[in-house]
Amino acid sequence: MSGYFRTRYTEDSALLDTRSRKFWLAVLLAGLAAYPFAANVLWLELANQVLLASVGAIALMLLTGYAGQISLGHAGLLAAGAFTTGILFKELSAPFWVTLPASAVLGAALGLLFGLPSLRLRGLYLAVSTLALHFIVIYLGGEYETRRGYSTGIVIDSPIGDARAWYFVLLAASAATLVFALNLLRARTGRAWRAIHGREAVAEALGIDVHRAKLSAFVISSTLTSMAGCLLAYYRGFVSAEAFSLYLTIEYVAMIIIGGMGSLLGAILGTVFVVLFPYAIDAAMALLGMAERLSSVVFAVNYAAFGLAMIAFLVFEPQGLVGLWRRARDWFALWPFKQRPLSR
Amino acid sequence: MQLAVNILVLAAIYALICCGYVLIYRVSRVLSLAHGELMMLGAYGLYATASLFSGHPIVAIAAAAAIALAVGVAVYFALMWRMTGESVLAAVLATIALGILLRGAMILMFGTQTRYPLRDLGWTNASLDILGARISAVGLALIVCTALVYLGLAVFLLATRWGIRMRAAGQHPLLAAQRGIGLHGIYALAWGLATFTGGLAGMLIASDAGLESTLVIIGLKAFPAALVGGLDSLVGALVGSLVVAAAEVLLINYVDPLLSDVVPFAILLAMLVVRPWGLFGTREELDRV
Repeated sequence: MSGYFRTRYTEDSALLDTRSRKFWLAVLLAGLAAYPFAANVLWLELANQVLLASVGAIALMLLTGYAGQISLGHAGLLAAGAFTTGILFKELSAPFWVTLPASAVLGAALGLLFGLPSLRLRGLYLAVSTLALHFIVIYLGGEYETRRGYSTGIVIDSPIGDARAWYFVLLAASAATLVFALNLLRARTGRAWRAIHGREAVAEALGIDVHRAKLSAFVISSTLTSMAGCLLAYYRGFVSAEAFSLYLTIEYVAMIIIGGMGSLLGAILGTVFVVLFPYAIDAAMALLGMAERLSSVVFAVNYAAFGLAMIAFLVFEPQGLVGLWRRARDWFALWPFKQRPLSR
Repeated sequence: MQLAVNILVLAAIYALICCGYVLIYRVSRVLSLAHGELMMLGAYGLYATASLFSGHPIVAIAAAAAIALAVGVAVYFALMWRMTGESVLAAVLATIALGILLRGAMILMFGTQTRYPLRDLGWTNASLDILGARISAVGLALIVCTALVYLGLAVFLLATRWGIRMRAAGQHPLLAAQRGIGLHGIYALAWGLATFTGGLAGMLIASDAGLESTLVIIGLKAFPAALVGGLDSLVGALVGSLVVAAAEVLLINYVDPLLSDVVPFAILLAMLVVRPWGLFGTREELDRV
């Protein structure tokens, strides 16, 4: 007999099962550690943005991709974390180790609030209720700004100034979120989420407390998102209600759609795609020599191209980037044979 | 009295926008979040035709309305028919993506400055005095237009062959298709009508307040009104618009003008907690597993 067998439960639940996987993970980690010393300022900034956004994208993937609860309130949750940080910093000049837990607590509370409609509503109606909550959170933030006279936004002094130091902080945050999500998904909670995603009635019959599973998905997802918002506030050094528009929510939803639903790798691939996309458009315009002619309407070109890319993925590749990756991998793994998709 | 008139005008705006949401949702179970952008496209259509047919305002308006209808049908055949049978999230996201695409394309084509289509038509927005309250001529036109649209839709849906087919397709697509009703034609018609009424709303609002990007936000704010009334009921859309408009105008007047962007969504949230299917909506579809 040949092949790879798992004979113990510890082997079955190990995150890294084969030697080659361990090897490639070590290579990846070494590459990530060396990256800031090789990259120039722009690429370092881009990497930081990707790492920062990946936390929020993983959180949304847990909620929408695994637990199957549609949320259009993601920007509102990011705003909640950012505003908690900004307000605590301005009013009490609180340090980082106070604002981060405070953001997490507020995020958990908001997650409970965002999650309550999910006990009664499904699909579209749930999406709409989270959208409504988004507007309310943004309104409260804007209200604080105008009442306290920070009408242009709240300025925050960041304890970390150097982009390279930020890189390692954000890398740690992103990696911690990823490992946390991986662990959660193979534990009882994550399996319960997948079960309620599949079919709620069956999950209930299996002995899963559906209400509890839904609320836990919302609470965990929004706690992570709110903490990402806190990091965002420090990274930008600036909080304002205008920065958390509906478009930001759409960007995060696009990350998990373009990356591929129900896959953490998808969340990361999608983040890379969405964050780099405007820069790629800029580069393409410069290459075509249209940059000067269109310089005043760059954002409009970005909007149009982003809409097109999203439509293209929804129509032609609903599995997202991770689907493309899997197909390419299978093509090489099975060569010279071809895998025929089961359906169609 | 002035307050009552303000409420009536705002309710007419919301109602005119809402019937687009309701039509599309009722027929194809898709929520179109690109409605605000489609409204804006309709308004830009009027702006374009106004300069094209200068001196013939009626021709310009008719042409703009025809363009809006055609755009709706085109949207269905270019994008939305591929989304039939996909998940709720995919269809909603497709409309969101369409909205972003349209917003970018419109800025590229028409720029960002505020336009005044009414001036281009050669008309002025006179202020009228009715029973001691002031109302702009466009505001009055809005109310009349909304009444006509709802009357027309009622006649269309209740008495004409295509209207009955449309209701059948909304009620049970599979059975309707079995009886020989072409679903794609019906869905395209629903998108066309929705974009037509939305475009009409866009044109009128742009005539009143100028054509700029805030139009999209008005489109989004009208959506709670549709949901409060019940997403699949036209009567509900009328009542919901009145409720939301009344609450908005009164709260802005007596509490805080900044509330204007949140009030509809706060009402929506309250409604979702108490009665998710809305005042006049059908209940069973929510509980379907």
